[in-house]
Amino acid sequence: MLELVTISALNGVLYGMLLFLMASGLTLIFSMMGVLNFAHASFYILGAFFGFQISQMLGFWPAFFIAPVLVGGIGALVERYGLRHVHRHGPVAELLFTFGLAFVIEEIVQMIWGKGPADYRVPPSLDFSAFTAFSTNYPAYKMFELLAAIAIFVVLLVLLTRTRVGLIIQASLTHPHMVAMLGHNVPRVFMLVFGVGTGLAAVAGVIAGPALVTQSNMAAALGPILFVVVVVGGLGSLSGAFIASLLIGLVQTFAVSVNLSVADVLGRAGVAPPTGGVLFDVWNVTVAQIAPIIPYLLLVLILILRPTGLLGTREH
Amino acid sequence: MTSRIIAVLCATVAAVIAAMPAAAEDSVKLAYVDPLSGGGASIGEVGLKTFNYLADATNAQGGILGRKLEVVPYDNKLNAQESLVQVQKAIDSGIRFITQGNGSAFAAAIEDFVTKYNDRNPGKEVLYFNYAAVDPALTNDKCSYWHFRWDANSDIKMTALTNYMKTRQNIKKVYLINQDYSFGQSVRAGARKMLGEKRPDIEIVGDEVHPLLKVTDFSPYVAKIKASGADSVITGNWGQDFALLLKAAADAGLQVDWYTYYAGGTGGPTAVRQANLPDRVYAIAEGVSNEPYASAIEFEKGFRAKTGVTLFYPRAVNEVRMFVKAAQEANSLDPVKVAAKLDGMKVTVYNGGDGFMRADDHQFFQPMYIANLGPIGKDQPYDEENTGWGWKVTGKIDTQDTVLPTSCKMNRPS
Repeated sequence: MLELVTISALNGVLYGMLLFLMASGLTLIFSMMGVLNFAHASFYILGAFFGFQISQMLGFWPAFFIAPVLVGGIGALVERYGLRHVHRHGPVAELLFTFGLAFVIEEIVQMIWGKGPADYRVPPSLDFSAFTAFSTNYPAYKMFELLAAIAIFVVLLVLLTRTRVGLIIQASLTHPHMVAMLGHNVPRVFMLVFGVGTGLAAVAGVIAGPALVTQSNMAAALGPILFVVVVVGGLGSLSGAFIASLLIGLVQTFAVSVNLSVADVLGRAGVAPPTGGVLFDVWNVTVAQIAPIIPYLLLVLILILRPTGLLGTREH
Repeated sequence: MTSRIIAVLCATVAAVIAAMPAAAEDSVKLAYVDPLSGGGASIGEVGLKTFNYLADATNAQGGILGRKLEVVPYDNKLNAQESLVQVQKAIDSGIRFITQGNGSAFAAAIEDFVTKYNDRNPGKEVLYFNYAAVDPALTNDKCSYWHFRWDANSDIKMTALTNYMKTRQNIKKVYLINQDYSFGQSVRAGARKMLGEKRPDIEIVGDEVHPLLKVTDFSPYVAKIKASGADSVITGNWGQDFALLLKAAADAGLQVDWYTYYAGGTGGPTAVRQANLPDRVYAIAEGVSNEPYASAIEFEKGFRAKTGVTLFYPRAVNEVRMFVKAAQEANSLDPVKVAAKLDGMKVTVYNGGDGFMRADDHQFFQPMYIANLGPIGKDQPYDEENTGWGWKVTGKIDTQDTVLPTSCKMNRPS
């Protein structure tokens, strides 16, 4: 039992941090600019493929720094020459713009790197086992993921709440005209935020690429869960996203280890479970079987019970 | 102004029409209905390359009855409704032969559609060649005279796999992990039943299903496999569900043998190589690239040079060759006559050995191979996906040992 709890807790934290790594850029853009960036996952793909390509030429570590800068630059250009023009037509136009952009980027990636997976591997310098718990190995690369996620969280938090830059960014969202009157270039602030947000997506791509699958459709399963993280965490809250990531990681991981169904519970309570009928499947499906769906259930419950999210300050 | 726009439009349209390749008027068209965009595109693309190559090979040898074979792609977007729309489109443009493979749900929809279409349109029959959809129902309860399946269905594969596993005395505890949909369920049910019959001493220590293509982190599943003490895992997982499962297992240091259906699929060998599990990942298939059969090795060489991918569908070679043979024997391209020739046809299959299209249910039977992936030796000419690892055949199941009974009650045309 102790073994199962320890392993599940470790796996849950690691998965949660991976989620935060991917959701951090989305949260930044979503909470600081109010733009629901559907193309976020596409920048994540770009990051992974740039990381793959550069690590082929220069090795993993240069790729780790260069790829996010390049993708962030592309993101900034997209904001400057695309999103900024669409911005004045309101949030729906922005949403549609990023939605279309996602398809364009995916198609371009397919044209360049093909539809199959790229052989993007964990760098040799991190390809060893960090520690062993109950005879299960934990690779160093996962520890690297964990540290990177925590580092990004701390840096962003300090940047946004403790520095002048953060102050201006936050003010630009709520009082853009006042900030502009004070002599700050508000559009440039937005461009910067969007660039950094997409750059963070690329960081996630570079790191997650070798750990998961680097393929043009790699974001398909990931996109939706990131929105769950942001909504559950609460709009405008980085800490909320951090806590939500951990929560989802832990809930999902623990759920997988529970082989219990409604019928089992009824059986233990002394009630004979039904042996047939329309609901037979519902009684007998185990918690483990629906584990990956639980985050979405959480999303629905949060929206009903606490629409601002766990730590959110704004209404949707 | 308006007239100028119209003029420009007309000129554009004319230019586009002029630029379209003039389709050979008398070519024999085979509609290829599979995903060519979206999540399934990487798989559909490999199939299309395969069929295009086969058409070229056929034409180099004189085509079908002196006419060129042409593969016409239709994108079904991995959607049942869209599959039927595309099949209808193909039929409307005069195509009488359809091939599809990815997804048993779509295969069932097409099989049903083609059967009804042929009932209502005598004299305009259409044939459906299935090269990869493996739900047993397609040649059992739902069977149709107009449907021919070249891939071994999942029960046949499981029979072959368990026939091999029963000889492996080191297997004591088996864990099943599969995707939660019709195919995954049939793998799990088949494994339980057949292992129970053939090796009652083997303990099934876990039987897991997870949602299809929704899991990012397989480490909790791997933790369960580890906790169960399993020495072998059977999985029908494909695509990222296969790759991520294997990587998570390698990360955690799980040491088991993997008995799979699709380790050879696009991205599979890459994942096995990244997980660094030499000689521990087995796949069941009707052929892999390193069987010692000269003409297949030769074919593979040309295929790789032209397409840049591995021949993942040896069954497609059998399909096209048998289609050509049936048309020649019937001396006709009338689908009814071609079907009558395919019905019960016996051939030597692409990679050697006997094959036959059983008349009772139109399921093709052929030798099956068990192979595992590892660093290639001198008898293994090919590696997979440039990983340096290739297939090593460890077991062969002869055609007669793959034959299973069918519940098909076929409505034959009178």
